[in-house]
Amino acid sequence: MITFKTSKELNAATGKIMLDVDLEIKKGEFIALYGPSGSGKTTLLRILSGLDKPDLGYIKTDNHVWLDIENKINVIPQKRNIGFVFQHYALFPNMTVRENLLYALPQKHNEKIIEELLELMELSQLQHQDINILSGGQKQRVALARSLVQQAEILLLDEPFAALDNARRSKIQDYILKIHQQLNLTTILVSHDISEIYKMADTVLVIENGKIIKEGSPQEVFTNKKTSENIEVIAEILEIKKMGSNCIISILIGKTITEISKSENEVKELRLGDKISISLQSYQATINKL
Amino acid sequence: MIDLDPLFLTFKLALLTTIILLLISIPFAYWLAYTQFKFKAVIETIVSLPLVLPPSVLGFYLLLAFSPENAFGKFCKHYFNTQFVFTFQGLLISSVLYSLPFMVHPLQTGFKSINKSLIEASYILGKSKITTLLKILLPNMRASLFTGIVLTFAHTIGEFGVVLMVGGNIPNKTRVVSIAIYDEVQSMNYHNANIYSIILLTFSFLILLSVYIFNHRSNNENLLQ
Repeated sequence: MITFKTSKELNAATGKIMLDVDLEIKKGEFIALYGPSGSGKTTLLRILSGLDKPDLGYIKTDNHVWLDIENKINVIPQKRNIGFVFQHYALFPNMTVRENLLYALPQKHNEKIIEELLELMELSQLQHQDINILSGGQKQRVALARSLVQQAEILLLDEPFAALDNARRSKIQDYILKIHQQLNLTTILVSHDISEIYKMADTVLVIENGKIIKEGSPQEVFTNKKTSENIEVIAEILEIKKMGSNCIISILIGKTITEISKSENEVKELRLGDKISISLQSYQATINKL
Repeated sequence: MIDLDPLFLTFKLALLTTIILLLISIPFAYWLAYTQFKFKAVIETIVSLPLVLPPSVLGFYLLLAFSPENAFGKFCKHYFNTQFVFTFQGLLISSVLYSLPFMVHPLQTGFKSINKSLIEASYILGKSKITTLLKILLPNMRASLFTGIVLTFAHTIGEFGVVLMVGGNIPNKTRVVSIAIYDEVQSMNYHNANIYSIILLTFSFLILLSVYIFNHRSNNENLLQ
């Protein structure tokens, strides 16, 4: 169990915001942090790992006090034994893939784990390569592997899957989940991907402007009960063309552009760039596997 | 035939100065690069002073400080039985002070050029500050280290004013090449002065050329870019 209560003033794009978080993390829990950029998600991970110091608050684990501002306790990151995958990988450019993992290996630990991780992340072929020539996805796999070498009890993942293609992403997600369960890790994942959160997390914390505004299982947080019979999709208006008495609206849904036809009256209030929601009855929706 | 002793003495002085400065400047530049110390600007100014001061000013004050008539000189004479005026040790201390910015500046720039997240990643992996310095920071700022070492060495070889003030012109003890050249010119031995000068000119050209070639191959920020 980690008890965590901190506040810290942050400089966000929108001005100064207060990060105010009070939470309890159970051992073995998989938590996802979800919310817009600049809302304090990464800072939360940095405070937990000891890289940032909050203005106020404490962090307590079962046996240790990591931080207590009032009593001037602040345990250095080296002693917290936390695995951390940084958003921009932070791989050591003076070392090869294998050397990066070896550096992470605590003294007197068996090197077997390194072979296992290299194999699992499909890095065996690349193990003697210079870090600088790897692609983004390859770097991300090295960063993930490196964070698992030290076999910490707490794993912090700051958007670790963003640069991976779908097949690899799914495979590595499965592996992280497996390790999380096998080693009874406590894992905190920052993610913008709802499907990823659905797949992996037990609990989602939605953070906005430094505050937790929603907390619960992914299902509770992301499912809008009021429209459960309807499917609601958010779209952006790209173009409105007049065709006789009707109007054709080009809309962008995700990465797909679609056209729908509506009467002039219905589009009267709409402007280019407006966000609209489109609902359709779920029992009428046709689905196809891609 | 010219006397080779001033050449040996000069290289000995440059080598020792470079080694001492490297050992002092790594921790010092590390501190300067990361500290939030209130009076950091004052310290940086003092380090940079030898860049702008006439060497004779520094030499003058060192001469006063080393003099057995004054406190520091008296202290050294009394407790360590050492005298710094007109000795090689005195020359070495003066060189270290005079070349300090040539080592500290490139190293400080090198430390600052390293992405903070590399240091943080190393701490997260449980590595101490010393391990991080030796295994992560220094290997990733090789160009800065190279620049610092080469510039310090070259700059020490080019010293004249400080050396003259503190060391004088004692053969085999304090008579370095730059002094020897001056001396030869004074005695109208232009031939010898020319040989010493050509050696220094060629050496300085090659050493600076190596710095530029090395730095063009690496992207690190440094003093010469």
